Amino acid sequence: MDIKSIMIFLTAILSATIRFATPLVISTIGESFCERAGILNLSIEGTMIFGAFTGFIITFFTRNIFFGLLFSFISGSIIGLIMGLLTITLGRSQHVSGLGMTIFTTGLSFFIYRLIFGSPVNPPTVITLNNFAIPFLSQIPIIGESFFNQSLLTYIAYLLIPITSFIFFKTTFGLNLRAVGENPESADSLGINVYKIRYLSLIIGGSLMGLAGSFFSLVQFNMFQYGIVGGRGWICIALVIFAKWFPFRIFLGAFLFGGIEALQLRLQAIGFFKFPFQIFLTLPYLLTIIILIIVSRNAEYPSSILKPYRRE
Amino acid sequence: MFNLKYKIVKREKTPSVYFQILLPLISIFISLLISSIFLIIAKINPINAIIGIFIGALGSKFSFFETIVKAIPIILTGTAVAIAFNSRFFNIGAEGQMYAGALGATWCGLLNLSIPKPFYILFAIIIGFLLGGAWATLPAYLKIKFKVDDVVTTLLLNFIMIYIVSAIVYGPWRDPVSNWPQSPNLPENIIFPIIFPKSRVHIGIFISLFSVLFFYILTKKMKLGFELKAVGSSEKASNFLGLNVSKIIIISAMISGGIAGLAGVSEILGLHYHLVDNFSPGYGYTGIVVAMLGRLEPIGVLLSSFFFATIITGSQVMSRVSGVNVYISDVIQGITLLVMLSILLFTEFEIRRFK
Repeated sequence: MDIKSIMIFLTAILSATIRFATPLVISTIGESFCERAGILNLSIEGTMIFGAFTGFIITFFTRNIFFGLLFSFISGSIIGLIMGLLTITLGRSQHVSGLGMTIFTTGLSFFIYRLIFGSPVNPPTVITLNNFAIPFLSQIPIIGESFFNQSLLTYIAYLLIPITSFIFFKTTFGLNLRAVGENPESADSLGINVYKIRYLSLIIGGSLMGLAGSFFSLVQFNMFQYGIVGGRGWICIALVIFAKWFPFRIFLGAFLFGGIEALQLRLQAIGFFKFPFQIFLTLPYLLTIIILIIVSRNAEYPSSILKPYRRE
Repeated sequence: MFNLKYKIVKREKTPSVYFQILLPLISIFISLLISSIFLIIAKINPINAIIGIFIGALGSKFSFFETIVKAIPIILTGTAVAIAFNSRFFNIGAEGQMYAGALGATWCGLLNLSIPKPFYILFAIIIGFLLGGAWATLPAYLKIKFKVDDVVTTLLLNFIMIYIVSAIVYGPWRDPVSNWPQSPNLPENIIFPIIFPKSRVHIGIFISLFSVLFFYILTKKMKLGFELKAVGSSEKASNFLGLNVSKIIIISAMISGGIAGLAGVSEILGLHYHLVDNFSPGYGYTGIVVAMLGRLEPIGVLLSSFFFATIITGSQVMSRVSGVNVYISDVIQGITLLVMLSILLFTEFEIRRFK
């Protein structure tokens, strides 16, 4: 292979990596908001599916992709609110609330989809979100094309990293958020409204998860179909542990995963291994477990996670 | 909205029996009320549809039998999850362990042994139990050894096992005659006998009832059950009692995964007669729901399993009859779960006004 084709190959792999990493970054940042405040939000998979669905359906009927994005964001925040009702106000099990919401929202998405479209031979499609190149930056060889010629959602993912870092560590809200997640009793005694902070964190987290979901129906594919999110929500749950709840590490983790996914698709396409394709599909999950084995010993969960807070 | 006038506090005494029976009934009523909204959206008369659900699940001998068939795997996964949760091993992986059990049972069947039927079935049950157990022991080991979060690993292992089963039925075990992605039909000698003629109810129901009985004896009569609960309630206390926490968690995972594996064994040998990918519509996850709603108690798991089997069977029948798509069943299940989760709060807690 000559230099030019190597560069083309690298560019292709890198830009696929960034594409795959995009929803993971947005959604994992969302999860980190919830967990930092002390709530393990297992509705993530369902919220992403629901976001993919509302994004698609609104875009389909309004013919305006920005409405689609907006509504996937809003629908996520509504799910966050319901999660809040269950886990904060009522203080029910975070495991069951999250899994229950996932069952409900997944069912609801496909129920409404079938209600509107039936089961057509050719599923309805929408026009996907365009890539746009950022001037100058996109001119850098390899990196420019792959990092800076992407869709709006990827740029949102980039921006979310410093913004979230800033919120967590430089604002009063972030300070309160972490205090509530570590020790709600003493946060309360300092006059922080534990319920309010937790509700806000779930609403922010949910909206980001919903927005991340729209990536699948509006960028990666141009339709809504069964298995569209394909368990990536669960990978985010692992990523947030890997990242130790730090935004920049979330990007690193997501980049790593995106890379594995891009590489396995490539290898599968060129028939590099003679394994059944399902074996490739286990790779992201296997890798997640291996990474967790390496990092978990030192992982320090927000102390109040899984524990409902009840004011005395 | 965040400064509540009321607070939720733990009850000092257990509420009356009537109250405990009334609450689930109220939650069923509210769930159906909310579900009606979606039925109305689908342009279906909700009252007819809801009557349809109960008639579809319990209205005739045949439909009641179908509900039992659905209840078998749910009872097993529910029991599996409840046992694990009792020791605070958060086993979200019953789905994968179920597939592992199915894999084991199919392997036994494909050996095509000529031994008497009861022994052959027992052999398959043991292998299924061991494989399911092994698949749950792995995350338990990782939890103890490396502090890897059990919720995440058990969940991820589901996907891995489902893909392994899929790879196997698309690959080495693909039926050579039909060439469909499923294993060849298993020999008659290993198939579970049907209990009631002209129904699909198989001896898996005995296996599931036996598991509930075992769960009851374990938690109420055995030292191991007591230790399990001690580990589940507090690590400090169990260290104080001198318990070997790691060992108890491993044993709990082994039993839990094994029973989930039996759900797979019974689905394959009792219902499908061959291994096929995606044979479970998420029974492993339903098991979590059922275990929680049954408050991790044997009787509770049994009752909530039958209830969920009723909702699933009934809403599927209703969907066929009324022509609304089958996802209505998931919607109703989800709503019922979330409403029950909320309402059953009042069995343990009560609402008081802030002073």
